[in-house]
Amino acid sequence: MIEINKVSKWYGDFQVLTDCSTSVAKGEVVVVCGPSGSGKSTLIKCVNGLEPFQSGSISVEGTSVGDAKTDLPKLRAKVGMVFQNFELFPHLSITENLCLAQEKVLGRSHAEAMEKGLKLLDRVGLKAQAAKFPGQLSGGQQQRVAIARALAMDPIAMLFDEPTSALDPEMVNEVLDVMVQLAKEGMTMMCVTHEMGFARKVANRVIFMDRGAIVEDAAKDDFFGQPRSERAQTFLSKILHH
Amino acid sequence: MSRFLGIDWQLIADNHEILLGGLQYSLTLTASSMAVGIVLGCLLALARLSSITPLRLFAAGYVNLFRSIPLVLVIFWFYFLLPFFGFKLGPDKSVFITFAIFEAAYYCEIIRAGIQSISKGQVGAAQALGLTYAQSMRYIILPQALRNMLPLLLTQTVVLFQDTSLVTIIGIKDFMGANVVVASNNGALKEMYTFAALAYFCVCFPLSMLLKKLHKRIAVIR
Ligand SMILES: Nc1ncnc2c1ncn2[C@@H]1O[C@H](COP(=O)(O)OP(=O)(O)OP(=O)(O)O)[C@@H](O)[C@H]1O
Ligand SMILES: [Mg+2]
Repeated sequence: MIEINKVSKWYGDFQVLTDCSTSVAKGEVVVVCGPSGSGKSTLIKCVNGLEPFQSGSISVEGTSVGDAKTDLPKLRAKVGMVFQNFELFPHLSITENLCLAQEKVLGRSHAEAMEKGLKLLDRVGLKAQAAKFPGQLSGGQQQRVAIARALAMDPIAMLFDEPTSALDPEMVNEVLDVMVQLAKEGMTMMCVTHEMGFARKVANRVIFMDRGAIVEDAAKDDFFGQPRSERAQTFLSKILHH
Repeated sequence: MSRFLGIDWQLIADNHEILLGGLQYSLTLTASSMAVGIVLGCLLALARLSSITPLRLFAAGYVNLFRSIPLVLVIFWFYFLLPFFGFKLGPDKSVFITFAIFEAAYYCEIIRAGIQSISKGQVGAAQALGLTYAQSMRYIILPQALRNMLPLLLTQTVVLFQDTSLVTIIGIKDFMGANVVVASNNGALKEMYTFAALAYFCVCFPLSMLLKKLHKRIAVIR
């Protein structure tokens, strides 16, 4: 469903991504990990065109992301994204956060959008918070709302960029639980995360990035069993012993 | 008995109609130029931040031009020179247009700073949901920028209110103009100008203080 083919990207002289190729099939859960600054966020933002890239190609369900003729807003509406810092809209209430794009982008009526929004809010366990504003919720709650907001668009795939790394430790699980549930329901997911417990539980494949390149792209059991690259081994032993 | 602070309050009371009329004119001019000025300022700010070079250059030129020439000159320009080009607007319309387009330059810079203070992540989140550039601005970025900048926008409006007194020089009876009329009709220059100063101060000073506090509060909440 997501095909990434020899993608390279530069910031001026600095090469952030070098010849990255991988793919995510329908219903597959792929975890992307790697040291800080290795280009994980950049790669995942290239998938929905939030970051442009200079060479290579990415296609989502056959639509080329880099193509100048592609209607990017339309493509983005089909791909959900969850950010490290939640990025709820602080001036809008939780329900408004959930409804805005449904109404303005998908053209749903307010009643329809509300119904969908409240259903998803209930699903992430936050129905009681509907009338509040983002600032009144904890980090974990905000992130769950952000997931619900993305799901409200009926996405064909979900992208996660370190969804739990800005959270206090005691809130990590409430967000991971929602993600695990989603994975089990067959959602296509590409997740940048260092939560190896999550990867073990639901990932089909694990991608390891270092210095802008995909160093390892392996089935989960192979990756945790015996990563081929030394750098992936060192990285794994570091985060697993923490 | 009616003298206090060196002002003959009986004189004020006797002329309260013209003075209140003047005050109403000043407030109306302030409010209407503020409304139009902020809308124009938003458009200019978007143009200044646009990726389209001609638009950006135009907006930069506009802002720099109006911030570099005295307001009196713009008032004269619109009032005295436009009729030569075939636009007969009359004093009221011409000062309204003057203030709206002049203040837009100042509002623009405040709004631009407001837009730039919103994190890139908010833009990313809006776009990731499929909102177009225009929609992200309209529903996500501008509302937050305007809310954060509200105290500064209103502070600028207090300055605008004071500046509207300049219309007196083309014979308009705004609050200042009304004072001038009462002063010359009654030979009470010293009294009426003291009164006018006192009145402007009593409106503007508390408002400025209040807005300063509000600005600090909003900065803390953020
Ligand atoms: N706008 C930019 N201009 C220049 N360099 C940038 C820019 N954005 C990111 N970079 C650089 O690109 C590299 C990759 O950044 P990226 O955010 O993709 O890394 P990451 O793997 O997500 O790291 P982290 O785990 O810290 O989130 C980093 O070295 C970063 O400094
Ligand atoms: Mg990152």
